[in-house]
Amino acid sequence: MKKIFAMVLSLMLAMGAMSAFAEDAITIGISGPLTGPYAMYGLGVVHGAEIAVEEVNALGGIQFALTYEDDEGDPEKAVNAFNKMLDDGAAMMAGTVTSGACAAVAAEAYDMRVFMLTPSASSPTVTEDRDNVFQVCFTDPGQGAASADYIVQNNLAKKVAVIYNNGLDYSTGIYQTFEEKANELGLEIVSVTTFSSDNNADFSVQLTKAKDSGAELVFLPIYYTPASMILKQADAMNYDPIFFGVDGMDGILSIEGFDTSLAEGVYLLTAFSADAQDEKTQNFVKKYEERFGGTPNQFAADAYDAIYALYEACNEAEVTAEIANQRRGFADVCEMLIEVMPTITVEGITGTMSWEATGEVTKTPTAVIIHEGAYVGAK
Amino acid sequence: MNQKHKMTITHLFTHALEICESFLRQPRIMAEKIYQKHKMTITHLFTYALVICAYFACQSMIKAEKMTLSLEGQLVPICAYIVLAVSLNLTVGISGELSLGHAGFMYVGAITGVIASMWMRYAFTEESAFFLFFENMNIDFALVRMLISLIVAGVFAGIVGFIIGIPVLRLRGDYLAIVTLAFGEIIRNIMTCLYVAVNKKTGALNFTFNNSDIPSKDFKLFIKGPTGITGNSPKIATFVIGIGLVLFTLLIVQNLINSRTGRAIKACRDNRIAAESMGLNVTKYKMIAFVTSACLAGMAGALYAANFSSVVPSKFSIDTSILILVFVVLGGLGNILGSVISATVLTLLPELLREFDDYRMLVYVVVLILTMLITNSPIVKSLIGAIKEGAKKLFARKNTENGANS
Repeated sequence: MKKIFAMVLSLMLAMGAMSAFAEDAITIGISGPLTGPYAMYGLGVVHGAEIAVEEVNALGGIQFALTYEDDEGDPEKAVNAFNKMLDDGAAMMAGTVTSGACAAVAAEAYDMRVFMLTPSASSPTVTEDRDNVFQVCFTDPGQGAASADYIVQNNLAKKVAVIYNNGLDYSTGIYQTFEEKANELGLEIVSVTTFSSDNNADFSVQLTKAKDSGAELVFLPIYYTPASMILKQADAMNYDPIFFGVDGMDGILSIEGFDTSLAEGVYLLTAFSADAQDEKTQNFVKKYEERFGGTPNQFAADAYDAIYALYEACNEAEVTAEIANQRRGFADVCEMLIEVMPTITVEGITGTMSWEATGEVTKTPTAVIIHEGAYVGAK
Repeated sequence: MNQKHKMTITHLFTHALEICESFLRQPRIMAEKIYQKHKMTITHLFTYALVICAYFACQSMIKAEKMTLSLEGQLVPICAYIVLAVSLNLTVGISGELSLGHAGFMYVGAITGVIASMWMRYAFTEESAFFLFFENMNIDFALVRMLISLIVAGVFAGIVGFIIGIPVLRLRGDYLAIVTLAFGEIIRNIMTCLYVAVNKKTGALNFTFNNSDIPSKDFKLFIKGPTGITGNSPKIATFVIGIGLVLFTLLIVQNLINSRTGRAIKACRDNRIAAESMGLNVTKYKMIAFVTSACLAGMAGALYAANFSSVVPSKFSIDTSILILVFVVLGGLGNILGSVISATVLTLLPELLREFDDYRMLVYVVVLILTMLITNSPIVKSLIGAIKEGAKKLFARKNTENGANS
């Protein structure tokens, strides 16, 4: 008993020592789901940000320090994590990762005047009516419309089935704009079936309906876990349409025990493809593979870009560690960054980004296709 | 002196001592009796005192800017959890029915409370008579909105509790647990289809199911099906209101327990057949406890929702029901003070364990198990008993002194 107690105590001390921050650096906070079913997103963001912070610090200009907390994707815990990070001296946020949690944190951040640049919270409610919140990723409505557009432009299919999670804002948001755009472009939606987060193990009904209606393409605006089940079950019933996912599908190749050959030929609308040949992406992917193993997903790439965007903005606004580290310095930093954010342009690995004053990002989406267990740029 | 005299003197002496002692003992026994008779009241007063002291401690810390933002942000949720735990204790501890759908009532309260507060925000402009009435009385309109939304939430959750209670309270034991569990999930599933918008100019509400078509640009959509409640800012819940709600809950629950009705509820719990044969309407008394509990849970839900700009439906799943049940069980069934303390500690604990990173929830569970084991171990129990005995003696002695003076 004594031994265990001593171990726990020493562990706590060690942790305490680790969370001490450098005085001359600007601390950036990230909260996201690092445990639980959405952990892939949170971990991707944290890993991507870590690489970017290291690179930025190596440049010798403004120095960044990173602090991150687990929020399990829950708004209440995210607000707790946010407050905890401010206590720890964070001057700005490069989070929150998931949309629901981010909307709750954004309201707090708006009242307290903390600058937020979220890599991956894609719901429009995150930035709505708030001047201090910016996004690196596309919004959900944007993704739905862009998907329909891509399918029609590239002539992938005439008849489309949709399976989406009607218990998830992300999913319904994308579906609604997809439907609108599809109707506009004359893309025929032949089957729409839903499931809920509590009931996501058996998709035979949805798949049978899609198959019977003769859909050539199944649009899946859902997260990767149920998507992997759909791919498995479609394979079992010998149904082989084109599967088309959006950024939530990203991460499907990293699921443990998932046979990646099932995902062969799956389309993914995302702003990042790991096999892009430009130097920046290659460098990032190499570092990521070395340090964390596995191919980085879009979340990691968005976080990487978010850190660079913050670096640009801090340089532009002349934010220094001195301003950031004064008591409640985040409020000053916030006003300085809000002003410069719509003026900067960042060449990132997810495209060339610029921002509206409303917080939305402007960049072009690209599609990737899964080939031999890796994301490959489509056409 | 012969033997006989010696005997008489000793006898007399002992006798005198006894008389003296009995004089002294009399007030002491009286004090003991008073303590036994008012044991409940004293414990209840202690609960109020504890909450009020905690309030002043927190307020002075905030004033002195000594409180961390992390703790400050948790004050209102803690109040909501205390109310939830105390109200569930009424059902589980006092009425003896295992309810697993408490989060469902919380959700009903959250939704109706937010609808009420959003309606008031847009229905009463700054020129309206209702608004000016409070303005003239120097009362913040946000406070009025919060209080009214609490009342609305309580009423609606109470009504839902009543409707659920009619079939449910005729069931016993496990069946009740299963039905309440199902009810919680049904509420959540219905609410994930609900879309509510408010007209920004007139305050007119628009309810739709399963589609988010907003009639016109004037409407603001604030309950968005699976997204849950969004755009509910600026937040109107404050720590003062939270503590007020906690005190209100304690007042209702503790007085109910101590009343004739409360004794009837406990009688139905302890022996249903005996209670029935005494002429008690068992369903009625169980219903009183159940509806009161639902009402208070609804209010807690409204408070919780008013504190966050975004609340997702998954928050009100079975996990939260179980979490509240854990508060109640750990605090002790029927022990109101225990519920207050355990709700506070167990809400703060995961945040305090952040040092452990990914192992946080593991440590949390270990702490839970240890607490269960320790509070149940005979050594600790006898130790607590000894402390209680000591406190009682101290209390009795003080009363003796007071008694002697008067």
